[in-house]
Amino acid sequence: MIEFRNVTKRFPDGTVAVDSFDLVIPSRKTTVFVGSSGCGKTTLLRMINRMVEPTSGTVEIDGEDVAAKQAVALRRSIGYVMQNSGLMPHFTVAENIATVPRLNGETRRAAKARALELMDVVGLDASMADRYPSQLSGGQQQRVGVARGLASDPNILLMDEPFGAVDPIVRAELQTELIRLQRDLDKTVVFVTHDIDEAFLLGDQVAILAAGAQRLQTGSPSEITENPADDFVAAFIGAERGKRALRVKQTPHGPVLVDAEGRTQGVLVEDGA
Amino acid sequence: MEWVSANLDLIGTLALDHLRQSVIAIVAGFLLSLPLGWVAWRYRLLRGWVITVTGLLYTIPSLALLMILPVVAGYPATSETNLVIALTIYAIAIMVRAVTDGLDSVDPAVRRSATAVGYGDGRRFWAVDLPLAGPVILAGLRVTAVSTISLATVGILVGVTNLGYLFTNGLQRRIIPEVLAGIVAVAVIALLVDLLLMLAGRRLMPWVHSRVPARRSSVEAAA
Ligand SMILES: Nc1ncnc2c1ncn2[C@@H]1O[C@H](COP(=O)(O)OP(=O)(O)OP(=O)(O)O)[C@@H](O)[C@H]1O
Ligand SMILES: [Mg+2]
Repeated sequence: MIEFRNVTKRFPDGTVAVDSFDLVIPSRKTTVFVGSSGCGKTTLLRMINRMVEPTSGTVEIDGEDVAAKQAVALRRSIGYVMQNSGLMPHFTVAENIATVPRLNGETRRAAKARALELMDVVGLDASMADRYPSQLSGGQQQRVGVARGLASDPNILLMDEPFGAVDPIVRAELQTELIRLQRDLDKTVVFVTHDIDEAFLLGDQVAILAAGAQRLQTGSPSEITENPADDFVAAFIGAERGKRALRVKQTPHGPVLVDAEGRTQGVLVEDGA
Repeated sequence: MEWVSANLDLIGTLALDHLRQSVIAIVAGFLLSLPLGWVAWRYRLLRGWVITVTGLLYTIPSLALLMILPVVAGYPATSETNLVIALTIYAIAIMVRAVTDGLDSVDPAVRRSATAVGYGDGRRFWAVDLPLAGPVILAGLRVTAVSTISLATVGILVGVTNLGYLFTNGLQRRIIPEVLAGIVAVAVIALLVDLLLMLAGRRLMPWVHSRVPARRSSVEAAA
């Protein structure tokens, strides 16, 4: 469990990126921070592994203040996947994935074996092990980034817009893979995105944020869709228009659900039918 | 040409002396420039200062340096140490800048990413910053090497023997082939060292030359 307690981050230039933020992030679930650019999502994430120190308030992991932990050890114990993969350009794919095990003192051989294992897990062909990141496509680089995040089998996985830089088809593929992975691995995932569809697809808990990491609404995708906190949230999730605004249309074969563009999205069935 | 074939032994000995003096200065200059360049890169306030001072070193006339150093440091002007130290100073003048520029060229996002996955500062410097600064540092090192090897000939003017001897001796005795042999020998050594550095760079930094265009992802990756 990760808990933010009244956390504020003011940068030296005066920007208040996070203003009195409180949230409990349950273990073994995926929590998604979603909000527009600059609202403080990355800052929140970075305060979990002490890349950014809060100005006031505390971040706790399982009841322990992260500020009391040694930063380097803490970071090695938390998987971090970032936008644009953040891979080391001078490490091969296998070396990149093996980074944390190597830092933790595993032998080269053991770390390489682990890397190959993880390449399989994230759906990368073993033949790519000796390539450099510049020789991979964006989608492949993101897979390597995910594999690296998982390499030391951390309980917590932080993902900062990991699929933001790839095309929609590859993104959908990576999202599906992540859902499958999460089913098997059961990590505490904190995922950042500005795409509400991605948030609803991946999140068990979704926090919709506005500037200063102000929480507009927090809940499961169903709770938010069924009961948006205000007009802004309703508009943000597209409950009025778009594909989350469905209406019933009667057809000779029974009622169906139609979106705002008139496309049929599904069939309405009775409970237990 | 006759002169050359009759004096191959002499040329060989002088070339070895020359190579030894230059290589020691290049290596020492490189090693000393690493901490200096790092300090200049890391501490903004010191930066202008370090870069300016080391840059100014390069403007000291070499002959003057070779005559002043022995007075200041108290060793004979004719000693090899004198030449090696002077050459090291010139090497530093070029290399500090190269190291600073090299560290500057490292993508801050990559550096942050290394920190985020758990590199401590020291370890990150050796494993990430320095290797990624490598191409720029190597470019500086190659310039340094060639200029040091050519500059070393000035040693003969204060009595330190190396390939420069072929210039002064050849000029005094009006043996043009001797002078030409000196020029060619210096050039050959410089080119060989440069080639060696380039090959070492390829070996140590294989990622730089492996930019094969990426193939399409989704199908292949899922396979
Ligand atoms: N090191 C810093 N110094 C000063 N201001 C910063 C710093 N880092 C972030 N900020 C500011 O803090 C605010 C929140 O930044 P943050 O990176 O957390 O946003 P974000 O929600 O991740 O945005 P994006 O979706 O664009 O990544 C922004 O206004 C940003 O300009
Ligand atoms: Mg961000």
